[in-house]
Amino acid sequence: MEQFTQEFFNLDVMAKVAPFLLQGLLQTLLLCSFLIPIGLVSGILVMLLTTSPYRLLRWPAIAAVDFFRAFPPLVLLVFVYAGLPFIGLRVPALVAVAVAFLINSASYYGEIYRAGMVSVPKGQREAARSTGLSATQTLLYVTLPQAIRNVLPDLLSNTVELVKLTTLASVISVPELLHSANLARSLTYNSSPLILAAIIYLLLLLPVVRLIARLEHRL
Amino acid sequence: MSSAAAAPVPRYLLEARGVRKSFGTTEVLKGVDLLVEPGKLVFLIGPSGSGKSTLLRCCNRLEEPDGGSIIMDNVDLLSPRTDINAARRQIGMVFQSFNLYPHLTVQKNITLALRKVAGMSTADANARAAEMLALVGLPDKAASYPAQLSGGQQQRIGIARSLALNPKIILMDEPTSALDPELVGSVLAVVKDLRARGITMVIASHEMNFAREAADKVVFLDGGLVIEQGSAEDVFLRPQEDRTKRFLAQIRH
Repeated sequence: MEQFTQEFFNLDVMAKVAPFLLQGLLQTLLLCSFLIPIGLVSGILVMLLTTSPYRLLRWPAIAAVDFFRAFPPLVLLVFVYAGLPFIGLRVPALVAVAVAFLINSASYYGEIYRAGMVSVPKGQREAARSTGLSATQTLLYVTLPQAIRNVLPDLLSNTVELVKLTTLASVISVPELLHSANLARSLTYNSSPLILAAIIYLLLLLPVVRLIARLEHRL
Repeated sequence: MSSAAAAPVPRYLLEARGVRKSFGTTEVLKGVDLLVEPGKLVFLIGPSGSGKSTLLRCCNRLEEPDGGSIIMDNVDLLSPRTDINAARRQIGMVFQSFNLYPHLTVQKNITLALRKVAGMSTADANARAAEMLALVGLPDKAASYPAQLSGGQQQRIGIARSLALNPKIILMDEPTSALDPELVGSVLAVVKDLRARGITMVIASHEMNFAREAADKVVFLDGGLVIEQGSAEDVFLRPQEDRTKRFLAQIRH
């Protein structure tokens, strides 16, 4: 038991690496600060394509969404990062992360929004259009707000997943929280930094998870 | 405006002729005429599936007719040059299931189109909403959400919402069919009040007693065709066609 505590819950090691891990946390928060908005907005655009009345827009969009939801995000990230130079694009790691996550999370968020739109009765759109609102105004003021409200717990759940998925950026050496913790682990020959990283993720995400449960209860 | 005075006053506010509409292989409207004079209340009656709803929904192009012509106050609704959003402002619609926006207050339900389509300021739109709420007898419900209201109250809000835009005509698609019997009267009272104010209405409904009392014209549809039309008295008391007689006998039982 003593050895176990020494390996995983060594407070001396944790105290020593804490400043370093906080640097990683800042990088993780930076990633989230643009990956979440990109996902939320691009998801709406994907939903507009997958629910489009025009087959030429809808079918390729549905095919792409299916493909990228089944495709391993780690492979996608490495592919974007290591593949873009082959077509003459040398991009910083953060840009590669943004592109890979755009493709991946737009598909997931898009499907959630689509489920939300399907749940809005068609009479809502008809009522709005019958008062002279344009298709865009109807989406903006009537159907989309209801769709989002109906799938708010799912949007938040997916956002929690997205935050955890930012750990993937460690494989292309973005110094985010997990990357820092893993580095600290190899420097200290001790696993406590990983536990500390896990505790930070828990503190960050538990309130959100609790909120989701409360929202689901309310709906 | 002097130019308006010079323009010929059309006999019909709504003039739909030969309207056809199919869903897949089912022909729901087989060439229907609907002529509505200004200030009149026209009742559409007929069995379910007869095409009443579809005809109403063609009149503001919620359904796209396959053929025929629909002229609303000198505007050709089916012309590709017609701005349908502008035209729809002139055509109110009241739905069987009310279709109030559940995420908005009663006030915002009424003011959304006033602000976004008619370009009113929020203050003006709110004043107009208050006026409409008083008219339908619900002056204290501005801050309520639709879910807090009874069906009858929701439908009166639905009427207030379409009336707020000051339309030339209001189309009502079975406005009382989803209501508990004791709530029907409050909605019909509003309709009667609108009629007294000279507002043109076309109502698809099974409220035969009300039709007899209030309708200027009754149109009986069956199988996608107009079978018979005339004054309420003519259609109800002296129906000429067998199908009309059978329908009226059925609903009396």
